[in-house]
Parts: sequence; structure tokens; C-alpha cells
Amino acid sequence: MNFLPLWRYQNQLIEGAIVTLELTVISALAGLVIGIAGAVALKGRITPLRWMVRGYIELFRNTPSLIQIFIVFFVLPNFGLKLPAFEAAAVALSLYFGAYSVEIIRAGLDSIPRSQIEAGQCIGLSGWQVFRHIILPPALRNAYPAVTSQFVLLLLGTSLASQVAADELFHVAGFIESRTYRSFEVYAVICAVYFAMAMSFKALFAVIGLAAFRWPRRR
Amino acid sequence: MRSFSLIDFASLFIALRWTVALVVLALLFGAPLALGLAMGRISRFAGLRWTTAALIQVIQSVPLLGLLFFFYFGMPVFLGIQVPALVAVTVAYTLYTAAFLGEIWRGGLEAVKQAQWEAGACLGLSAWQQFHHIVAPQALRLSLPPTVGFLVQLIKGTSLASILGFVELARAGQVVSAATFQPLLTYALVAAIYFALCLPLTLWSRSLEARLDGSR
Repeated sequence: MNFLPLWRYQNQLIEGAIVTLELTVISALAGLVIGIAGAVALKGRITPLRWMVRGYIELFRNTPSLIQIFIVFFVLPNFGLKLPAFEAAAVALSLYFGAYSVEIIRAGLDSIPRSQIEAGQCIGLSGWQVFRHIILPPALRNAYPAVTSQFVLLLLGTSLASQVAADELFHVAGFIESRTYRSFEVYAVICAVYFAMAMSFKALFAVIGLAAFRWPRRR
Repeated sequence: MRSFSLIDFASLFIALRWTVALVVLALLFGAPLALGLAMGRISRFAGLRWTTAALIQVIQSVPLLGLLFFFYFGMPVFLGIQVPALVAVTVAYTLYTAAFLGEIWRGGLEAVKQAQWEAGACLGLSAWQQFHHIVAPQALRLSLPPTVGFLVQLIKGTSLASILGFVELARAGQVVSAATFQPLLTYALVAAIYFALCLPLTLWSRSLEARLDGSR
């Protein structure tokens, strides 16, 4: 066991980790936008739109993320949409994260009892006020744990982008291994870096959760 | 370059056996380990609780791809012995399955009220009998929907074995795509086969959950 040969690649490792973080954050934000739009559509009255959103959710949740990345990267160019590796991975991962987000956000909205909404209407709140003050805060609290754990899974899942040669952390690992032949050390270090990032996000989300949702739970 | 023929179609389905084999192996070794981890997580001994919690935390915070590469490329070099590919991959999927199922089953065990254990103790049952006859059956019922849900994750996860050269469904798709130069048709077909495998499980998991909800 000798970790020293890896030392001179620390810059590549850091750059790879930054690309991984970029890919994660971009996909998560785009995915959340899809999630909110999808949840609104699911709650809406337009039946064909509801069906399309349901179809989208089932399609993306029941096929492997790897195949989705391949389809965006290898198949879309046939239709004249040629995306570079990072962009292709970002699109595929956003759609994947989005499919889970729709369900999570919908479940968060559904967790508010009908009677609370009616109580809001009774005291004369407008539709927007009911949403802003009665539905949104508890819905956010209920959806928060699921969204954050899905975010960590997304962070780990960005490693698949290495398979279309997006230069994120896992791709850097392959590069260093091909130069040093130190497979054990390289993958031990890479796993440790992912572990550190995942644990940091879990800790950060726990702190934010404690600070943001301070009001007491209903007993 | 040649056109997409029946043989290409058949080769995808033949490759499906490796997908199934990987899932079966992961469950065969992963499920008992998961049960051990779940029991360790609720053990009376703090040391055991900490060790199992740390193990689960580590595996859940590392990419599945990282686990696969570590055991496929890293471990044999470290140990200095030849490890058959299937063994390395099985170890990685076993740990992955054990960590996630272990945490799901712990949740199920903890959801059974403490009074159920005490009631068993009052009847003079041993700790093992309380677990076996009273708590485990209730926990199983509670954790069945997420367990089936995890099965979908596992099936999708076996596609990563393609990266190590295992000719399962995803890899067969790459091979056929390269040979026929028809990525659209091939990957659509591969996705459709995964979809056909996973959707029934997803729907089953959802109906199990709905049934549990009604009985509460």
C-alpha cells in the first residue's frame, strides 16, 4: 500500500470534485424546478397533462440512470441535438432527479390535511395566502428529509457521468489509475472523497433542517 | 455495420440472465447480512450498535460504482491474489444490498412498539422467541413495501456491472448498438426491458403500501 504516488494528482482530484459538485448542484436545481412544475401539474385539472407527468415519473424511475445518460449522449445526436458529455449527463441526471422530486413534492403537499386549508379560507385568507402561510411551511418540512437524502444519492449517482467521459471525480480516478496503476489506493481515495462530500452534505442539511423548521410538531 | 436483426433482439434477452443472476446473488448474500446489520442496529450492546451504524453509513455514502471498482480493481491488487470477477462484483453488490436493506429493516423493527417485546417477555418468551414470533412478523409486514422498492434500485444498479465488462442487459445493449449502429432502437429496447422488469415491482410496492395504510 503506497498512497504517495497519488499526491501529485491532488489538483486533478480537486478539479474533479468541483466538477462533481457542479454537476450535482445544477442537476438538483433543474430537477427541483421539474419537481415543482410536475407536482403542480399533478394537482391540476388538465387530465392529459397529469397522465404525461405520471408517464414521465414511471419511465424515469423504472429505468437505470446509466441507460438514461447513454440515451441523452448517444441517441439524441441522431435528432440533431449533440450535447457535450457534461451537459448530456446534467440533462439526464436532472430528468432522473426531477422524476423523484415530483413524487416527493406531491407527497409533501398531500400531507396537509384538507381541514387546515379550509380553516385558512374561513379566516378570509386569499388563495395565495393559504398556500404561502398554511400549505408551504409544513409541506416543506415534510418533504425536506426525502429531498435531502435524494440529493445525496444524486451526488453519488453523478459518478455515472464518467461513462460518457465527463471529467468529474470518477473520471479523474480512471485517469490517475491509468497513470499510476495503483488501483487499490486510487479507488480507496476516491471512495473516501465521495464519503467526505456525502457526510458534509448530510451534516449541512441536518443543521439547516434544525434551523429552518423550529416550530413544534403536532402531537 | 449491419442491420438490427432477430439475433440482436435475442442477444439482449440472453444477456438478461446475468442481470437476474446478479440480483439473485446480491439478495442471497445481502439479505442475511442485512438482517444481521438490522439486529445489530437495535442491539443492547452500544459497541455493536455503533459498528453496524458506521458500516451502513460508510456504504451508503459511497457510490455503488466506487464499491464495484474498489472490489474489482482495488482489492485483488491489495490482497495480491487473483479474485474471479464474479466474486468481486458479488461482494460489492452484497454490501450495497446489506446496507440499504439493513437500514430499511431496522426501521421496520423499530416501528414495532416496545410494548410488544414486553408482552412477549411477560409470557415468558426468550429474547429470540420474542423477536422470531412477535416482532419480526410485524416488522416484515411494515418493511415489505420499501424492500420491494429497493429491489427496483438493485435491478437498476446491476446495469453498472456493464462498466466492468459483465455482459448483462446494459452491456449487451452497448455491444448491439456498436454492431448495428442503431443506438436509438437498441437503447430504447434496453430501457423498455428494464422498465418491464421494474414497473410491476414499483406498482406492487405501492399497492402494499396502500394496503398497510388502510389497516391502520
